[in-house]
Amino acid sequence: MKKYDNSKIERSPRIQRLIDHLYENMPVIESARAVLVTESYKKTEGEAIYSRRSKAFAHILENLPIVIRPDELIVGSTTIAPRGCQTYPEYSYAWLDGELDTVEKRSADPFYISEEDKKKLREVHKYWEGKTNYDLATSYMAPEAIRAMEHGVFTTGNYYYNGIGHVTVQYDKILAIGFEGVIAQTQEYLDKLEVFDPDYSRKNQFYLAVIRSCKAVIAYAQRYSELAKKEAAGCRDASRKKELLQIAENCANVPAKGAKTFWEACQTVWFIQQLLQVEGSGHSISPGRFDQYMYPYYKADLDAGRITREFAQELMDCIWVKLNDLNKVRDAASAEGFAGYGMFQNLIAGGQNEDGEDATNDLSFMCIWASMHVMLPQPSFCVRIWNGTPHAFMIACAELARTGLGQPAYYNDEVIIPSLMSRGLTLQEARCYNIIGCVEPQIAGKTDGWHDAAFFNICRPLELVFHNGMDKGEMVGIPTGDVTKMGTFEEFFDAYRRQMEYCIGLLVNSDNAIDQAHSERMPLPWLSCMVDDCLSVGKSVQEGGCHYNFTGPQGFGIANMADGMYAIRKLVYEDKVITMSELKEALDNNFGKGMDPETIAAAVTQVVEKMRESGCAVSPEEVAKVAAMVAANGLPPQKKAQYEHIHELIEECPKFGNDIEDVDALAKRVAYVYTRTMERFTNPRGGQYQASLYPVSANVPLGKQTGATPDGRYAGTPIADGVSPSQGRDANGPTAAANSVAKLDHSIASNGTLYNMKFHPSALSGRAGLEKFTALIRGYFDQKGMHIQFNVVDKKTLLDAQANPEKYKHLVVRVAGYSALFTTLSRSLQDDIINRTEQGL
Amino acid sequence: MDDRQTKGRIFDIQRYSIHDGTGIRTIVFLKGCVLRCRWCCNPESQNYQIETMMVDGKSKVIGRDVTVEEVLETIEKDRMYYRRSHGGITLSGGESLCQPEFAKALLKCAKEEGFSTAMESMGCAQYSVIDGILDYLDCYLMDIKHTNCEKHRQFTGKSNELMLENARKIAESGKTELIIRVPMIPTFNATPEEIAGIARFAQSLPGVKKLHLLPYHRLGQDKYAGLGRKYTMADIVPMEQDYVEMLLQAAENACDLECQIGG
Repeated sequence: MKKYDNSKIERSPRIQRLIDHLYENMPVIESARAVLVTESYKKTEGEAIYSRRSKAFAHILENLPIVIRPDELIVGSTTIAPRGCQTYPEYSYAWLDGELDTVEKRSADPFYISEEDKKKLREVHKYWEGKTNYDLATSYMAPEAIRAMEHGVFTTGNYYYNGIGHVTVQYDKILAIGFEGVIAQTQEYLDKLEVFDPDYSRKNQFYLAVIRSCKAVIAYAQRYSELAKKEAAGCRDASRKKELLQIAENCANVPAKGAKTFWEACQTVWFIQQLLQVEGSGHSISPGRFDQYMYPYYKADLDAGRITREFAQELMDCIWVKLNDLNKVRDAASAEGFAGYGMFQNLIAGGQNEDGEDATNDLSFMCIWASMHVMLPQPSFCVRIWNGTPHAFMIACAELARTGLGQPAYYNDEVIIPSLMSRGLTLQEARCYNIIGCVEPQIAGKTDGWHDAAFFNICRPLELVFHNGMDKGEMVGIPTGDVTKMGTFEEFFDAYRRQMEYCIGLLVNSDNAIDQAHSERMPLPWLSCMVDDCLSVGKSVQEGGCHYNFTGPQGFGIANMADGMYAIRKLVYEDKVITMSELKEALDNNFGKGMDPETIAAAVTQVVEKMRESGCAVSPEEVAKVAAMVAANGLPPQKKAQYEHIHELIEECPKFGNDIEDVDALAKRVAYVYTRTMERFTNPRGGQYQASLYPVSANVPLGKQTGATPDGRYAGTPIADGVSPSQGRDANGPTAAANSVAKLDHSIASNGTLYNMKFHPSALSGRAGLEKFTALIRGYFDQKGMHIQFNVVDKKTLLDAQANPEKYKHLVVRVAGYSALFTTLSRSLQDDIINRTEQGL
Repeated sequence: MDDRQTKGRIFDIQRYSIHDGTGIRTIVFLKGCVLRCRWCCNPESQNYQIETMMVDGKSKVIGRDVTVEEVLETIEKDRMYYRRSHGGITLSGGESLCQPEFAKALLKCAKEEGFSTAMESMGCAQYSVIDGILDYLDCYLMDIKHTNCEKHRQFTGKSNELMLENARKIAESGKTELIIRVPMIPTFNATPEEIAGIARFAQSLPGVKKLHLLPYHRLGQDKYAGLGRKYTMADIVPMEQDYVEMLLQAAENACDLECQIGG
């Protein structure tokens, strides 16, 4: 007998109606939660922090307006407006206060907010001055760490302004015993707590807070039960009435009690998913191995004849849609780093069970069908692949990839399991890993991974080497000596290593300060009752109550540094065709290309500072003159030609992503500087730092703050993303690029690596296309690649490729049986292909 | 002479080729051809001499002399992908048979290394030359462009008798899988009658199971300008999808072979 049913299931017409309703309007910011949390905090001043946090949570759940959207089978909405968001002033508010009038018009992730809500938010914000988590974190940070952030070396903004999130809780436990069960468990701990326990006061408070929070959640579900009943009473459509009555019954049962049916199980998972984001403000709260913990409920219903596969699919599709109902407003700069209203609710299918057997089941396939049915950004759907993954599952995944949704992302068990074991997980735990957020592996229900701890731009320390630790007139790094006097490549590389180590130390200072603040001001009792060992040790997640504690800051720019280091070694030290001072001059002048306004402003400030330092009185006229000079890029033509020549020499050097041993080895070495250094540090929760190599979308905004780099990248342009080659530098096709990427040590980046590959849909056409696509992934994973995701390009991308060929040098397209690099084709041929793509080739 | 040191002249090695033979393949393009097909999309392949071509405004040298060993180094890099997809190495050109010693040595060494081998070729050489290669060839992708020898001569510069005769001998040898490929070129052979004729010929070859129909495209157009040559088919527009489907139908009606568009 087959272990799973992989037959496709039709989409119910309900799903499109749900999606249409959700996307009818622009996302909205609502003020209810901010008002409620403030009301509660005002009343609890002076009380213990657990008490304040849990009372605020309970007050919010008691009063937050609730709504059942048309056609919903799974209910629970944080805002009245679809895709709306609440705010979290206790974490930080100043940025939002300052952006209330612009948030609707900004380019990345705009939100509508009514004048009335603006007024309410401005009013409550007054209360929070000096009381937020941000304020406390800032007071804990070393001034040099703050300075490095101001100079764009790294940013820890994610948890500085917001909650942590980035967790997968014990859905299985709540599905089994419900929150009444959790309350009973907690009561037992409370009963066993000896009055002479040295931590009695803290533990006692913590357990009471857990119980208060669980009761609040049960009561919140009860509100939905009553609302459903009320709506049913007024409903004339008999079938909808029946649905509403069932919803009423479901919400009366769960999550108070364990789930008895698949529908109840879905409702339980949803309430947890939704309310974790109401308690704290974090994103990347990841449902994890949905196909595993939900399977027993599905199977029991199916065997008992209580459910059809079609209806189970419809319920899953409803959850998939609901995951897009949750939203989050971020500050304008962060919004660019997380562009696309990203919530990063990562849901994973497939893989192994704790005994190392294949875990693919009916639901694993139904997860794929759900993603095909909704075609929305959430959940971030991904799959676990190992040597024993069924081929049918691989093919179904490839079919989803072919749609151009950018999903699933693929993860390699054969790399991740040993990698997690190297961080202390047991074999059984490691086999059950799931992914948090973008790419971060961990074991669910036991880990506080602080996975998205910082963006670290590994190009900036190289700039510090070129300027002896200085940046824009300030000492940001350490003095590593005059770069033009470094006699060997090893001396140069060592200077880079030292700047990196120093800056990573600053990053650790910043993260640890924020971590400390969270443990004091933002413990989350409700979350903590769903992650081991918090209940048994009587401590919240934020204080180190989890079994596994990590901090995982992500670095990016590997490809830029690899290409740049290679060019320096070859051109300056080996072939000696240019000197280091010539290269420095070319970099300072952006290879003769002129500068963007921000760089001009910075350069002007620097010049003016220098003039002042040397004792000149600088008049406004002189400042203007300097500005004009810089802006005009007043380079003598022979200088400009010299810089351009250097750029050409660099362009001709071999690049990472082409399966060239020498360059790839340097990439590996550069990555080690980041990953190996990171391992040395620990966090206040008693856990280790572990590196990751992925950028979310921060490689674009942080690239804007980065000057020209020796790989030929111009100032202000994007940094390479994740472990991928620099855009357009991989010219030998996907296998060569994948081989280069696979040569990095992915296992040591145990907080995840990210590899993006672009494909034209024609490469996946027909069954043979799916087979070859699958073989490509298998080949990459055979070489210990950790993660890969695909951007199967659409017409829009092809048009962009036509306009910006330099970004798409490697884009392969197919015309009726032949493959070619898109950008090498003439305009008219490109048009042919674009038009055919539209026809669906 | 050591096969691995045998030298040949190539103009490109293309990795991750997924439309020429089974699985993921690496194609080695040999330089030099006996024909001068008007529609040729690799005009830089035709002359054996190393030449320069303008590409994106820059002058690029086309053609380099390499040893079998050097080529194998590149082939080896994608071994993982061949293993996962039943792929391997494909010789293309030009006409590989114009460099018979090199082609044979390369295929022989590739087989020794455990790679699956394929060759795209018109079969335009003495059969004794071809026969020596067949022992090392898993799949012969053979072009049959027309059954009419006069028309063939007119559009490719050579008559087709030798090639048709070789096709039969290769098929009868039973040494390799023979797949027939037909470039479908408007004004030359892209009519239902002519395609059906080729299909019937393919059907008559013992052991042949597959027929690939390759619709005309203009991918090579820019290269002609780059070489300073005139592209005589500039006014030929690629066929509409419907028309291509109709030709496929014609082929299918004329034979029992497995017919498909593209490789």
